Amino acid sequence: MAKKRIATVWLCGCSGCHMSFLDLDEKLIDLAALADIVASPVADVKEIPECDIGLVEGAIANEENLHVLQELRAKAKVLVSLGDCAGFGCIPMLRNQFKNEEVLDRAYVLAESNALGSVPDQEVPALLPKVRPIHEYVEVDAWIPGCPPSPEAIWQAVSALLTGKPAEEPVLSYD
Amino acid sequence: MSRVIKIDPVTRVEGHGRVTIHLDDAGHVADARFHVVEFRGFEKFCEGRHFSEMPTLTERICGICPVSHHLASAKAVDAICGVQPTPTARMLRELMHMGQMIQSHALSFFHLSSPDLLLGFDSDPATRNVFGLIAANPELARKGIRLRKYGQQIIAAVGGRKIHPDVCVPGGMNRALDPEDRGALLAGVEEALATTRLGIRVILDYYAKNEKFVRTFASFPSNYMSLVTPEGNLEHYDGLLRMIGPDGTRLEDFYDPASYLSFIAEATEDWSYLKFPFYRPQGYPDGSYRVGPLARLNACDAAGTPEAQKELDKFRKLGGGKPVEGSLYYHYARLIEVLFGIERVQQLLNHPDICGQELIAESTQILPEGVGVIEAPRGTLFHHYMVDEGGAIERVNLIVASGQNNAAMNRAVTAVAKQYVKVNGKGLQEGMLNKVEAAIRCYDPCLSCSTHAVGQMPLVVEMFDCEGQLLDRLERD
Ligand code: SF4
Repeated sequence: MAKKRIATVWLCGCSGCHMSFLDLDEKLIDLAALADIVASPVADVKEIPECDIGLVEGAIANEENLHVLQELRAKAKVLVSLGDCAGFGCIPMLRNQFKNEEVLDRAYVLAESNALGSVPDQEVPALLPKVRPIHEYVEVDAWIPGCPPSPEAIWQAVSALLTGKPAEEPVLSYD
Repeated sequence: MSRVIKIDPVTRVEGHGRVTIHLDDAGHVADARFHVVEFRGFEKFCEGRHFSEMPTLTERICGICPVSHHLASAKAVDAICGVQPTPTARMLRELMHMGQMIQSHALSFFHLSSPDLLLGFDSDPATRNVFGLIAANPELARKGIRLRKYGQQIIAAVGGRKIHPDVCVPGGMNRALDPEDRGALLAGVEEALATTRLGIRVILDYYAKNEKFVRTFASFPSNYMSLVTPEGNLEHYDGLLRMIGPDGTRLEDFYDPASYLSFIAEATEDWSYLKFPFYRPQGYPDGSYRVGPLARLNACDAAGTPEAQKELDKFRKLGGGKPVEGSLYYHYARLIEVLFGIERVQQLLNHPDICGQELIAESTQILPEGVGVIEAPRGTLFHHYMVDEGGAIERVNLIVASGQNNAAMNRAVTAVAKQYVKVNGKGLQEGMLNKVEAAIRCYDPCLSCSTHAVGQMPLVVEMFDCEGQLLDRLERD
């Protein structure tokens, strides 16, 4: 049986969902036997290739996030929302109660330690007016909730998708 | 003809970044820039929330070093309440912090950087990662994975969860250490030490075989800043600030971290979401400084634990009496800190009061302001909050570790691009670009932290001519 192909992307999130994935620890070695990680922030491939499973961490906050999400949706047979930022917007969505200019000014102009310069606007992707969860832009096939989801929940979902055998008792822990 | 090269995204660093390399008329590298392209906005959206929520809210800045933010924030909220945590709570916090240091440094070395060193900078990008390492050297990969796991176990035992623990409260901690967990963690010390010693052998062996490359790779003088104990020793949880110059002269010593604004300021550049902090008296960019493992080992007088001290003596020889400058020595410094971390873990676990039940110092005050400063794995981290009488947050200022290495990372990519990116008949080669990225990987930038403001970091190499016209762009696939 050909090995399945997994791609993972990190959009507007804290990387905690990817770290929980790495918390599979020695199971990463089992995973490497079942599947190839064809693109990921922990690997070196820059363009997203065709893949069986695409895992998305993070919400959609800027133009680049949206572009990467659409790219992965086009290449992945099954798209999985990993964690609460991708699923519901979570922490990054707290930005939505303010205007973008207010948020940027606070960080780059008004901050107590700022002495020189202004809000960056060259070579950096423009912010979208509001932060949104991924399902508002593309179709999502599966969700793994949690902030971050536990490694057990990630393993159960990913191994079920890899082997086609659904788990008997889902482990969705919020600790 | 002059051109611009892009590397986008920079991979195997924790975040979203891009590099642009600018060439001059003759086609030689004139400048290189590291852009951070993601932003989130914590400074603004924390406003209005109660200060006691901050330790669990701000740790979501970063999933790699959540404990550092959790603790810096806890120290800021202690200051708002005008209390010091109880002795047991203080020890538990430091223990959890050492767990963070071990897991984060293990991740940086074994999972992210060792593929370059062990598989080669020019090896196939499709397998030049931790999974390639699992295939090529499963024993070493397993050991590295288990070392990171040990750090995460310490965090879970103290904090209740591996990622985003919820244990720090104003004045202390909300749960005691279970004696069973204490036993299990002590039982893991030997294996963790053995793996760290192995990592040190791997890196020293690499240095010996590639001596000239290592000595000259992104090596440049700078200032260095770090916390030290009141005796001047290596310190991560508490202490006072020290800033040293390129020759080791002390520019500031035993400085109260709460007064940071009088000697640190930040600049912004319009092409990056990551700010550029500098030493105020020297201005920007002259006052740029480095932080993190290399800076801490350069700044301290002694390690304070026996095995780390032995290794520190060897490390110092690399600088011949001056601070060690080469960016690739960050890896060695990081592993020496892991040794220190494990030795501290052992000392703390053996303390008779570590499982004590006195965990919270009571307070009924709410002071208008609090600053919490800590040495995160990547360097000094500042959380500064101002609150109203009821404790609602009015203003938040954050200075993250990776920002303080921003100028150095830009200098490192420029130096490496000048040395290794040659635009000749063969065109750009992937291995050259990977060397540029590797210069960034030395600093292990946490782009998640860096972009707490609003942001993310990919790597592209772009080539511009002397007039700033984009001529070429390279994204690897
Ligand atoms: S869901 Fe939680 S852990 Fe995952 S990216 Fe968002 S804040 Fe981080």
